[in-house]
Amino acid sequence: MWYLCVFYHRLLDYRKAEVESLAELFRVFGDDDGDNKESSSLKWRLPQHHHPDSPFHFVNLPSEDFARNIANRSILVKGIYELWGEGSSYEELEESIRCYPDERKLPYLDSGSTFKITVDCFGKVISFQEQNDRIKGLAYIPFKGRANLRNPDHNFWLMETDDYGTNNGLPPVVQRRIFFGREVGGADRKLLPTYQLKSRTYLGPTAMDAEIAFLMANQALATPGKLVYDPFVGTGSILIAAAHFGAMTMGADIDIRVVRDGRGPDCNVWSNFKQYGLPMPIALLRADNNLPPWRPGLKEIFDAIICDPPYGVRAGGRKSGGRKLLKGTVDPYTVPDDKRTDHIPSTAAYSLVECVHDLLDLAARMIVMGGRLVFFYPVLREDDYVEDHHYPEHPCFKLIAASEQILSSRYSRVLLTMVKIGPYTEEIAEAAQLKHIEFRENHLKWLEDGNLHSAVFSPADPQIAAAGDSSLSREPKPKYRGKYV
Amino acid sequence: MRLLTHNMLSSNIKGVANGFPLRIEVEKVVEKKVDLNADFLRNIFPKIEWKAFAEAARTLGYAELPEDADSSFLDSDDFLDKFHHALLELHLEEGALICPETGRRFPVNKGIPNMLLHEDEV
Ligand SMILES: C[S@@+](CC[C@H](N)C(=O)[O-])C[C@H]1O[C@@H](n2cnc3c(N)ncnc32)[C@H](O)[C@@H]1O
Repeated sequence: MWYLCVFYHRLLDYRKAEVESLAELFRVFGDDDGDNKESSSLKWRLPQHHHPDSPFHFVNLPSEDFARNIANRSILVKGIYELWGEGSSYEELEESIRCYPDERKLPYLDSGSTFKITVDCFGKVISFQEQNDRIKGLAYIPFKGRANLRNPDHNFWLMETDDYGTNNGLPPVVQRRIFFGREVGGADRKLLPTYQLKSRTYLGPTAMDAEIAFLMANQALATPGKLVYDPFVGTGSILIAAAHFGAMTMGADIDIRVVRDGRGPDCNVWSNFKQYGLPMPIALLRADNNLPPWRPGLKEIFDAIICDPPYGVRAGGRKSGGRKLLKGTVDPYTVPDDKRTDHIPSTAAYSLVECVHDLLDLAARMIVMGGRLVFFYPVLREDDYVEDHHYPEHPCFKLIAASEQILSSRYSRVLLTMVKIGPYTEEIAEAAQLKHIEFRENHLKWLEDGNLHSAVFSPADPQIAAAGDSSLSREPKPKYRGKYV
Repeated sequence: MRLLTHNMLSSNIKGVANGFPLRIEVEKVVEKKVDLNADFLRNIFPKIEWKAFAEAARTLGYAELPEDADSSFLDSDDFLDKFHHALLELHLEEGALICPETGRRFPVNKGIPNMLLHEDEV
């Protein structure tokens, strides 16, 4: 059945991807793990004349239970509704609601139940008086129950769109349309203030914003009984979202101060989990993702890997094996025995290409079949709006979503979601090993010409980055602003 | 560090052929109760190197695990309880993991194994 799916008007590229992931999580396409699973995907439709970035979409779901589960677990679905009627005028709306079958309407209108009608106008604020008038205009619907604004049994929504965006030179996102529907479910956005970074005890400069972290956990299908790994765990903000959804978590980081010490006994990665009453990670360890410490026979143990890899100056990647000379060293690579215990291994810069290679190789080996790899990838926004970015590829993985978030006029980051579709074979392992050695040899070269993105990309606080970039607002021809919201 | 982690780690020093299992040097062991999730245990069971696991549990002072185990054991609640306890409730809080081939010590501090290699080990 077709449901009206209304999104919050933000992170536009993430919206459908989230619903599609949740459809998979709740097994909308059945339990079958075979080949036909891949081909199954949700059907979407736009209201007439609506731009793809419109908050209003129709989505086909097999039942109301699926719709409710998906909506309630989501972050970006304002509501999924059983549509009772729509039109481009109030006359058309009335006609359409009257035609909607009684057997679908009456169960929700009976005298034993309570209800509430909310009036919402996308793109403009309407006064209390106008809202009341619009509700009165619905008198032709035979509501028999009592109104209850606090905790109604049934929530009805009258949603109107205006000719949004026409006056600021941007293409209109939506055309005027009026929808009336019964709410089936919606995102619990109260999560966001609870988990907002401002309230987090232990914070680092690149801690992941709570909303994005939840979206990442949803892309990764985090759920009880699953094991989720973050090889660049930092302060743990991504795993916190996964743990909130019940997954078991594991994290590693090259920086011992971050992963072990934090800022003291009550201000560290563990305390961040404790703060929200979440189960502690199964493990935190210090390890270099360039040389992961997993035993050779171990594979397919993580259900998902979620991370924000270290690309950039502020959180630049390091890896073991730098050539920093120590006093008393025999040659650049030998650490004298008396220095060994407290020795802080110097680290070498970790280029974007190598970092991604290592991540894909690790993921290919360690993720279960059908499991997911979800990570951020930086892109340079060369000229106006190039859509065909080249994303990393791997024979074991299929890219299923690429959601862009613009950080400034020059940089974006894209959340990539990949599904493991092929086993990690001997050949793949060997090729990866060769590449690993090649990277080691070409390390300096990579630093010189392969390091373009990582030298300048700083993923911290996209909102501030975007807002602070005044060139955005000064651009002579305003670009369509959809993706900025 | 839980024994699940121990079962996953090895010494990856360059040139080391058999870096697993890491020997455990115990300074402090703590126990922390966590809820048992039978599905998780069943999923993870086939990934566990049982001999190394049972041995590691004994090193931490827990000798209740059978020497060998196969998936048929998973039908027993008693087994699941013990497996759960050893896998997830025992923690090496302070100590070290020792490379079986070179004797290199990977310290475990505040429950965090430090698996980072030195420059001359990569
Ligand atoms: C962008 S931050 C991720 C922050 C994290 N999401 C958080 O919530 O704090 C990247 C992290 O990767 C770590 N890192 C850098 N190079 C690494 C490597 N070679 N192996 C493992 N971790 C590394 C850094 O110490 C940093 O904490």
